[in-house]
Amino acid sequence: MRHLLSTKDLSRDDAILILDTAAQMAATQEREVRKLPTLRGKTVVNLFFEDSTRTRISFEAAAKRLSADVINFSAKGSSVSKGESLKDTALTLQAMGADAVVVRHWASGAAYQLAHGGWLHGSVLNAGDGTHQHPTQSLLDAFTMRRHLVSDPTGADLAGLTVAIVGDVLHSRVARSNVHLLHTLGAKVVLVAPATLVPVGIEPWPCDVVHTLDEAIEAYDIDALMMLRVQRERMTGGGSAFFPSPAEYTRLFGLDGDRMRRLPDHAIVMHPGPMNRGLEISAEAADSDRSVIVEQVANGVAVRMAALYLLLAGEEGAQ
Amino acid sequence: MSRPIVIENASLYGDTTASLLIEDGVITKVADAIEAPEGATVIDAEGLVALPGLVDLHTHLREPGREDAETIETGSRAAARGGWTAVFAMANTNPVADTAGVVEQVWSRGREIGLADVFPVGAVTVGLKGEHLSEMGAMAHSKAQVRLFSDDGVCVYDPVIMRRALEYVKTFDGAVVQHAQDLRLTEGSQMHEGEVSAELGLAGWPAVAEESIVARDALLAEHVGSRVHVQHLSTAGSVEIIRWAKARGINVTAEATPHHLLLTDESARTYDPLFKVNPPLRTQSDVDALRAAVADGTIDVIATDHAPHPAEDKDCEWAAASFGMLGLETALGVVQKALVDTGALTWRDVARLMSETPARIGKVDDRHGRPLAEGEPANITLVDPQHAWTVDGAQLASRASNTPYGGMELPGRAVATLLRGVPTHLSPRFEGAFA
Repeated sequence: MRHLLSTKDLSRDDAILILDTAAQMAATQEREVRKLPTLRGKTVVNLFFEDSTRTRISFEAAAKRLSADVINFSAKGSSVSKGESLKDTALTLQAMGADAVVVRHWASGAAYQLAHGGWLHGSVLNAGDGTHQHPTQSLLDAFTMRRHLVSDPTGADLAGLTVAIVGDVLHSRVARSNVHLLHTLGAKVVLVAPATLVPVGIEPWPCDVVHTLDEAIEAYDIDALMMLRVQRERMTGGGSAFFPSPAEYTRLFGLDGDRMRRLPDHAIVMHPGPMNRGLEISAEAADSDRSVIVEQVANGVAVRMAALYLLLAGEEGAQ
Repeated sequence: MSRPIVIENASLYGDTTASLLIEDGVITKVADAIEAPEGATVIDAEGLVALPGLVDLHTHLREPGREDAETIETGSRAAARGGWTAVFAMANTNPVADTAGVVEQVWSRGREIGLADVFPVGAVTVGLKGEHLSEMGAMAHSKAQVRLFSDDGVCVYDPVIMRRALEYVKTFDGAVVQHAQDLRLTEGSQMHEGEVSAELGLAGWPAVAEESIVARDALLAEHVGSRVHVQHLSTAGSVEIIRWAKARGINVTAEATPHHLLLTDESARTYDPLFKVNPPLRTQSDVDALRAAVADGTIDVIATDHAPHPAEDKDCEWAAASFGMLGLETALGVVQKALVDTGALTWRDVARLMSETPARIGKVDDRHGRPLAEGEPANITLVDPQHAWTVDGAQLASRASNTPYGGMELPGRAVATLLRGVPTHLSPRFEGAFA
């Protein structure tokens, strides 16, 4: 694996290798000394064209625990605002000798362009590009599901599980990444969204689509319920808003205690964060013992350690 | 006067072999064999197809304002090399071609360069803002004699303004040339809305945003008894609407671009902005429908929408990149590849689609798109359908290099272009003859 750009590129074996490696990484994080020497001498650049403190510190922690040198490069602005172009930024990083570039960008495809533009030689790890992909988020989601829902997780996929993803699919890189990855791992995926937030052209996606959360809870034995964040701008576009009101969204798509109690007993509740409490998820659901939302954050570090390790340290096994 | 030229054994329109004598810019003889007069230049055109000089109804020359992308000179050279003897230059320059002064400047600069006749298209509305009609009468009565008006780049969106424009151009036998795009349905749009956009996470440009405007404008043209020309038709649905409108007797014509006849939205998977264009590349079934419509005459014209952009506007994120691609030098090769070599069109059809009909729509058919016959102006394009070549943006005459065909092999190209008997483009094999 040279780059990690899209979960669509991952085979089942690739995905399981990352998850198994992440499990080993997670085990090392329970030791007293958590730092591993694996990537000593390697330079990892966190290149963020879009603010995301959570994702950045997760990658930063992952790289540092593998003893890599970490450079944080916040490149707000863009060629749109006539700031430095993606190309010039890439050439700069190449000149500095980046072994891996972790890139978060507002433009779909930016990670692909960095990897294939011929501008830099290091590995590119997509930390979210526009509304396209966010592969490490879906890998940490899969890792979390496997831990909770698969009895003997090492080497296993997610066959037999049903995962419902609720919310703004149209603009969600988390949803796109998860649909492909969960399908590759054998899970059934159900997308739950108002029709305005489902992309035109979704037909080939390997998933079902339903239009209310109650219908999804009725019709499927849900093992994991993933609530997506609703962006404020989706409801305030004047005549362009995607749904009539926040209250209506919450009534049809919000997860409250009542809906949560109608899920199977073992079902887990997930959210990629940050949450809008009271909009897509109630405090009761977010804070319940079914919620694995905080654990997702911890697993994110282990999964990102695994991804960096597999991209940069080659084929040797994790220590 | 210039030396006479004899073109020997050309295949006129790809179906009749004959020789042509050209004297003082006019075809003076068409015969099986012509004895070259004293001092004549002889071109051996064995195996070449002779077409009336091509007429591009849709070109962006960028001058004035964006001379870093193209100038009237570099664009004229690209046109000549592509086999075009006339180009209609769109109005979205800076300043916008919305006054007699600007259109006369473009027209006279084109004459000065002399590599192609440059016919300016006037803006429908002041500054292309869609708010007030521009002084179309002044442009029509200027030296540039503008007959086509377009806000190309943006749609004349307001239905009342569109109606008034359609009515007003009747005064001087003009036509409104529409870039059909519902602006509200395409805010922020990046590519064709469908399966590929859904996967790539790029904002969709739905087919309906074009089709609804095509339908509206056909109905408006019918209502006020005017003529409308629809630019760069890109969807199967638009083809159906044009077919319906023509059957109903509405005075509507339509064009398709070479890129919409060859490429699809699948190319966006590379996220390479060289494939970003407006209207966007559509699906294979749209391409198939456009090809069928070109073949059956529903689409009247193939025009390039040649749109040069400097490297920095293409070497960036897809969403940040400009819309548009070069087309003048590659059009003939692309049309041959997509339509002639596939059997959909004959070269005679190509003459109709790329010379005769565009000249008629642009009201220059007294000078361009004329038959290859005695007494006609010697605007002639010689095509070598066996001259395969690999496209390289850096080798094109345009100042910009944003071709989507880089690395692609095209089966043929123009090897000589004559404008009123004067060679404006000669492939190296003929340069000796004119030395």
